[in-house]
Amino acid sequence: MSTNMSAIHDKIGQFPRELEDESIYIMREVAAQFDRPALLFSGGKDSITLVRLAQKAFFPGKIPFPLVHIDTGHNFPETIEFRDWLVKETGAELIVRYVQDSIDQGKAKEESGKYASRNVLQTVTLLDTIEEFKFDACIGGARRDEEKARAKERIFSVRDDFGQWDAKRQRPELFDMLNGRISVGENVRVFPISNWTELDVWNYIKEEKMEIPSIYFAHQRQVIQRDGMLWADSEHLNKEADEIPFETTVRFRTVGDMTCTAAVSSTAVDINVIIEEILSAEISERGARIDDKRSEAAMEKRKQQGYF
Amino acid sequence: MDILRIATAGSVDDGKSTLIGRLLYETNSITKDKIEALESASKRKGLNFLDLSLLTDGLIAEREQGITIDVAHIYFSTPTRKYIIADTPGHIEYTRNMVTGASNAKVSLILVDARQGIVEQTARHLSIASLLRIPKVIICVNKMDLVQYQESKFNEIQDKLSDLVHKTTFQGQNVSYLPISSLFGQNITKQADEMPWFTGNTLLQELETFEFAETLAQAPARFPVQFVVRPMTEAYHDYRGYAGKISSGTFKVGDEIRVLPTGQTSTIATIEKFENSLDQAIAGESIVMTLSNDIDISRGNSIILASETNVPSLKDFSAHVCWLDHQALSAGKTYLLQHGIHTTKAKITQITERLDVTQQTSTNEVGQLNLNEIGKISLRTAQAISADIYAENPSNGSFILIDEFSNSTVGVGFVD
Repeated sequence: MSTNMSAIHDKIGQFPRELEDESIYIMREVAAQFDRPALLFSGGKDSITLVRLAQKAFFPGKIPFPLVHIDTGHNFPETIEFRDWLVKETGAELIVRYVQDSIDQGKAKEESGKYASRNVLQTVTLLDTIEEFKFDACIGGARRDEEKARAKERIFSVRDDFGQWDAKRQRPELFDMLNGRISVGENVRVFPISNWTELDVWNYIKEEKMEIPSIYFAHQRQVIQRDGMLWADSEHLNKEADEIPFETTVRFRTVGDMTCTAAVSSTAVDINVIIEEILSAEISERGARIDDKRSEAAMEKRKQQGYF
Repeated sequence: MDILRIATAGSVDDGKSTLIGRLLYETNSITKDKIEALESASKRKGLNFLDLSLLTDGLIAEREQGITIDVAHIYFSTPTRKYIIADTPGHIEYTRNMVTGASNAKVSLILVDARQGIVEQTARHLSIASLLRIPKVIICVNKMDLVQYQESKFNEIQDKLSDLVHKTTFQGQNVSYLPISSLFGQNITKQADEMPWFTGNTLLQELETFEFAETLAQAPARFPVQFVVRPMTEAYHDYRGYAGKISSGTFKVGDEIRVLPTGQTSTIATIEKFENSLDQAIAGESIVMTLSNDIDISRGNSIILASETNVPSLKDFSAHVCWLDHQALSAGKTYLLQHGIHTTKAKITQITERLDVTQQTSTNEVGQLNLNEIGKISLRTAQAISADIYAENPSNGSFILIDEFSNSTVGVGFVD
């Protein structure tokens, strides 16, 4: 490791508690200002953090909104297993809707080729789910440090009835006052951990001693090498003839679908080592997200179409 | 670890995005893949150096026009602090974004082009930093490389700036002046070897050493009730907890409190944060409070100390506003006023002044206030709001105005 370890230890620091206070405040505003909020749950560390914050915000009461999982069918089995455990543990309500159903209904079309993934198709199922349950606010785990378009996102982000985001039409957000008033058909995406960085999330998971899916820690896995990244081998991955799977020790830094999240070589089985790895990593977090590599403005384009 | 929130401001092309890019680059906050992306994007633009401004100019429209059109949030940290930069555009028509970005800031970073000196926007930004009571202003005279790093040039600009600052500043505001070159990394995190005549702090040193002593904890105690927690489970059958974020001051278990606007009094039985019970909590903390007896409290009520003689309660008052919407503010119109988490109707009875923030002058008796204009208004609310005078207790002295029909946030106000 080329980075000086003491410099890394200097940087780890602590989780700034102010961030938790801010996020809990946002969670409570959602419950108070909206009739039918929902928490979009992907099984990744950011949405697990949201569940923890919601739990704290309403304690000793229960989380007053359901967790909604848009299941692409390409999830890591470990994520689903973890989701079901968390729901049991917190007593939260869980709603699952399937991308496969949108495909079967002809509303979404499966992509082809070796880069085929269902990440884009999720939007169709998400918008249908919002309509089905008449959700007026959907809480998501996006952070502004992840990507350039997200850096401009509001905490209460108003979307039209097609879920579209218009960067030029955003409401100004002043001080900590959140205006969640909407017209019929509109809904709001809420981002309580907007101001957290990846390191903040990991430090929080550590300080709170939170459980996370096992795939965040090093494990043996069949992978293929493609475009300089390690892709998890699975029935969902369209492989070319020369892409031969091999077993190695990896972990996931970010967890999306099996077809759009790359693994990193790692032997870290302990959260402290993971935090050290993040600080010395030469690749930023979304660098392991294959969906963003499609073009420089990939994220902004997806957001305009209703992705969160 | 504390968080220092910074708002940046400047005019078109004074190199603000480059400055932020440079700050991130020199504090090792940019990963290798982002630097590679930057290298290839810089090459495509035909540049033979790293265009650090591309790090923050994120939106498609911005890359097409080469300008910044919305508030972007940028994060970095040092062993001392976590920093959040609200990067706000300098265009006149986007002043509302500047006010937005600056509303949470403790530091305002203002850029001046060394070749041009003070421009209209400089005065505007200084005025806004004062209107918002931002405790520290750092004025960076940028592009010193283009004036051969001359000390005389910097001194000349600083003298003119001092005159202007003298007109806008308030007591307790700390203002400093730095000569820098963002493009060549002079005086950002490292001493400027091209400007040995400058012996002051680098920009990073200014940020690292700024102490914003938590005056908030000493301010009058204000606790707006956001949400009433009623689990109604067997274990918590009669539990009623009042959840919220303390906006200023300190509350302790055993304190006698008063609820506004009802005036009822009680005693704090517990202060809770999830499973932990605390003896006290201070401004900024999200807590749940329980009281010793059952009284009627709902969302939007405020809890203060019963001992307080100066009870904040306003129905007819005046305020400064910055208008944020294309549809002008006109006297006689009714809006929704949101103070913290409490919303009530408000009628604008009069617009008494319009300020020219670039000239530090004002016009009396005005019919309307347009987008990006700042003025003084009189207003009357349907229900009393528990607000303080902004200058005395900023965290409980601001409000927003919402258009009842479009639901947009159209103005921000500061209680006079």
